[in-house]
Amino acid sequence: MTESDFLTSAPPASAQQGADAAPYLVVEDLTVRFPTADGVVQAVTGLNYTLKQGKTLGIVGESGSGKSVSSMAIMGLHDPKRTDMSGSIRVGGREVIGLSNNQMQTLRGGEVAMIFQDPLTSLHPFYSIGDQIAEAYRAHNKVSKAQAKAKAVDMLDRVGIPQARNRVDDYPHQFSGGMRQRAMIAMSLSNDPKLLIADEPTTALDVTVQAQILDLLQELQRDFDSAIIIITHDLGVVAEMADEVLVMYAGRGVEHGPTRELLTHPEMPYTWGLLSSVPDVTASTESRLLPIPGNPPSLLNPPTGCPYHPRCAHRDKVPGDLCRTELPELIPGRRGPAHLKRCHLANPDMIYETEVLPEIAPDLVELVTEESLEDTSDPRHPGSPENADQIDTPQRRAPDPDGEVK
Amino acid sequence: MFGYILRRLVSGILVLVTVSAATFALFFYGPSDPALAYCPETRCTPERLAAISDQLGLDRPVVEQYGDYMKGIVAGDDFQAGAISIACDAPCLGVSFKLRLNVTDYLWGRFPATLSLAIGGAAIFLALGLTLGVSAARRRGTFSDKAIVSSSLVINAVPYYLLALLAYLYLISEWSIFPASGYYSPFSAGPYAWVKGMLLAWIMLGLVYSTQYARFSRGSMIESLNEDYVRTARAKGLSERRVTLKHALRAAIVPVVTIFGLDFALLLAGTIFTERIFSIQGIGLTALDAIGTKDLPIISATVILGATFIVVANILVDVVYSLVDPRVRL
Ligand SMILES: Nc1ncnc2c1ncn2[C@@H]1O[C@H](COP(=O)(O)OP(=O)(O)O)[C@@H](O)[C@H]1O
Ligand code: SF4
Ligand SMILES: [Mg+2]
Repeated sequence: MTESDFLTSAPPASAQQGADAAPYLVVEDLTVRFPTADGVVQAVTGLNYTLKQGKTLGIVGESGSGKSVSSMAIMGLHDPKRTDMSGSIRVGGREVIGLSNNQMQTLRGGEVAMIFQDPLTSLHPFYSIGDQIAEAYRAHNKVSKAQAKAKAVDMLDRVGIPQARNRVDDYPHQFSGGMRQRAMIAMSLSNDPKLLIADEPTTALDVTVQAQILDLLQELQRDFDSAIIIITHDLGVVAEMADEVLVMYAGRGVEHGPTRELLTHPEMPYTWGLLSSVPDVTASTESRLLPIPGNPPSLLNPPTGCPYHPRCAHRDKVPGDLCRTELPELIPGRRGPAHLKRCHLANPDMIYETEVLPEIAPDLVELVTEESLEDTSDPRHPGSPENADQIDTPQRRAPDPDGEVK
Repeated sequence: MFGYILRRLVSGILVLVTVSAATFALFFYGPSDPALAYCPETRCTPERLAAISDQLGLDRPVVEQYGDYMKGIVAGDDFQAGAISIACDAPCLGVSFKLRLNVTDYLWGRFPATLSLAIGGAAIFLALGLTLGVSAARRRGTFSDKAIVSSSLVINAVPYYLLALLAYLYLISEWSIFPASGYYSPFSAGPYAWVKGMLLAWIMLGLVYSTQYARFSRGSMIESLNEDYVRTARAKGLSERRVTLKHALRAAIVPVVTIFGLDFALLLAGTIFTERIFSIQGIGLTALDAIGTKDLPIISATVILGATFIVVANILVDVVYSLVDPRVRL
C-alpha cells in the first residue's frame, strides 16, 4: 500500500457492519505496576480503550511507554507474584484480570494470540517450526500429532511460505527473518483468534519485508475478521494498518482518535514530536527530521503534572504552572468527541499549523490550513475523512525514531 | 561430523602423549631417585640401589623407557623380572614396580568400584541439583529460593573432606547407621549389597556436588525462563508445567550437560578423598597409594586414564551439543 492509498482506499467492509456491535475488547482504567528493588515501576496508568471485531487499533509511543506491558496484560502474561494490576480488561465480555493461570490458558493462543517483535528469539531454537505450530494447535484442539502437523503445513502455506510441506520440519535458524515472522503469524492464527496482538511485528525486519508482513496481516484480518492491536513506534505502519490510534507516553494514553483524524490534526505536542521524527523519504528536502529532544521519563518516578512537560516545547503557552502541577485529563478537544487528547493547550490546532507543520512539512501547510478553515466553518463534520483525503501526511515506514531496531 | 570427531581424536591423542611425557619427566627429574623407594633405608648401599635401578629398568635412558612404554600401550609387551615373566597385552600400561602385576589388569580390577561410585553419586547430584535449581529458579526471590541458594553456599563453604570425614566418624563409627566402610561389593554379586556398601559415599558425593549443580542450573534456568520463546510458549496457552519443562528446561539443560560431562570424567578418573575416607578400592585410592610408593607404572597409568576420560568426555559433550541444538553443526 502506498501512502496515498491509505487516504483514498475504501474503509474495510467490516467497518460498517461492526459499527454498533459491542466491542470485543474493553480496557478500563488499566494500571500495571511492578514492585522492584529500586521502587515501583508505574508501567501503565489508567489506560482506557475499546476494540471491535474486525477493527485495528494502533498503539504508538517511544520505547518504554508501556505499549508491551499493557498488551501483555490482556493475555495475563505478567507474573502475578511480581505485578500489581488493577482496572478491568474484558475479552468477549469476560473479565480477565484476576483469572488464574489455568483459566487464562484457554484464552491465550486461543481467542487472543500475540506476535512478538523479534521472531528469531521468539521461536524456540531447538524445535522445528512445524512442531511449534502444531503444539499451539494441539493446545486448543483435541487432534492427533499427524493432524496437527497437517494443520501446520496448511498454516505455513496460508501465510505464504513456499513449499510449506518441505519447510515444515525446518528449524527457525533455517528460515529468513521475514519467513520466521510469517511462521509466527501462522502459529498465532492457527486457532482462529478473535484478537491478534502484534507487538512491533516488523521492527526487526527490513523495509521490503515489513511491507509484505503488513499486507499479510491485513489480508488475514479480512479472512478471519479478527480484531488487531498493532504496536509500533512507526507512524507509517499506523497510517497503513490502523482504524484508530492510541498514542502512549510514560504509561498513559495521551492522544486517541480515528487514524486519519489524529494524524492530520494531532493535538498533543508529544504526537507532534513523533510526527516530526518520522523521516519522510519522498517529501521535499525542505522538510526536516527532528527527533524529540530528551529522553522518556523514568517510570519509577514519573514527572508531576503532564508527564511530557520536561520535554515539551509548548508548555510556556499554558498559563500558570499548570503543565508542571496538574495532570491534564484525556478528553475531547475541539475536534469532536472521538478525538481525545491529554494536554492543557487551548488552541493546539493553531500552534500545529503555524509553528509545527512549517518545520516538519512546509509543503503541507497550505493544504491543512485550508482544510481547517473548512472545518471551523462546518463544525458538524470535524476532521471528516473526505477532507483528509486531499492531504499528504509525513508518515512512512522507516527506521524507528528511537532507534530500537535490533 | 565424522571428520570432526576424527580430528578431535587425533588432537586428543596428542594431549595424552604430552600428559604421559610430562608424568615421566616429573618422575625422573623430580627431587628424589625413584629407586630409593625400594631400597630398605637402613641397609641401602649404592650397589643395592644400582641393582634395584637395574631390575626396574630405571637405569636406561628416560627417552628409551618412555618409548618402550608407548610401544607397550600400542603393541603390548612382555616383562621379564628375574624368574617370573609377566604377559602384558596392548594396551599395556606396564608392570607395577611394587606389586609385580600387570597394571592394565590391576586397574581394570579397581575400576568397577570407581565406576559405581561415579554413577551413584552422579545420579544423586544430577537429580537433586536440577530439581533444586529448577524449583529455585521458578520461585526466584522467594523464601524457598533464598533457602536453597544459601544452604547450598553453606554446604559448599565446608571443605568436602571435612564433611566426608564427619559423616564417616558419626554415621559409621559412632552410630553405626551405615556399614563399616572398605566394603565394595560388585553389582554382579547382588544389587542390595552393592548399594549398601556405596550408599554413604554416594550421598556425600551427591550432596556436595548437588549444591554446585543447584546453583548452576538455577542460573541457567532463570536465564531461559526470561527468553522470548518461553513467553511465546506461555502465550500459546501451554500449561505452566509444559512451559517450564519442555521449553525452558530444555534450553537450560544444555550448559549443565557440558559441565556434567567433565565432572563425570573427573569422577571416573578417581575420587581420591571419597575413596580414601570410605576406603573404597577404586582408581583414586590406587593412584594415592602408588604416589606413596613411587610406583611409576601405576602413577602414569592413572594419569593417562584420567586424561583419556577427560578427552573423551570433551568430545562426547560436543557431540551431545550438536544433537540437542540443531544450530550446532560439527
Ligand atoms: N517485568 C517488569 N519489571 C519491571 N519493569 C518492567 C517490566 N516489564 C516492563 N517494565 C518496564 O515498564 C516500562 C514499559 O515497558 P514496555 O511496555 O515494554 O514499553 P514499550 O512501550 O517499549 O513496549 C519500561 O520502563 C520497562 O522497563
Ligand atoms: S500539557 Fe503542557 S507540557 Fe503537557 S503536552 Fe500539553 S503543553 Fe506540553
Ligand atoms: Mg515493547
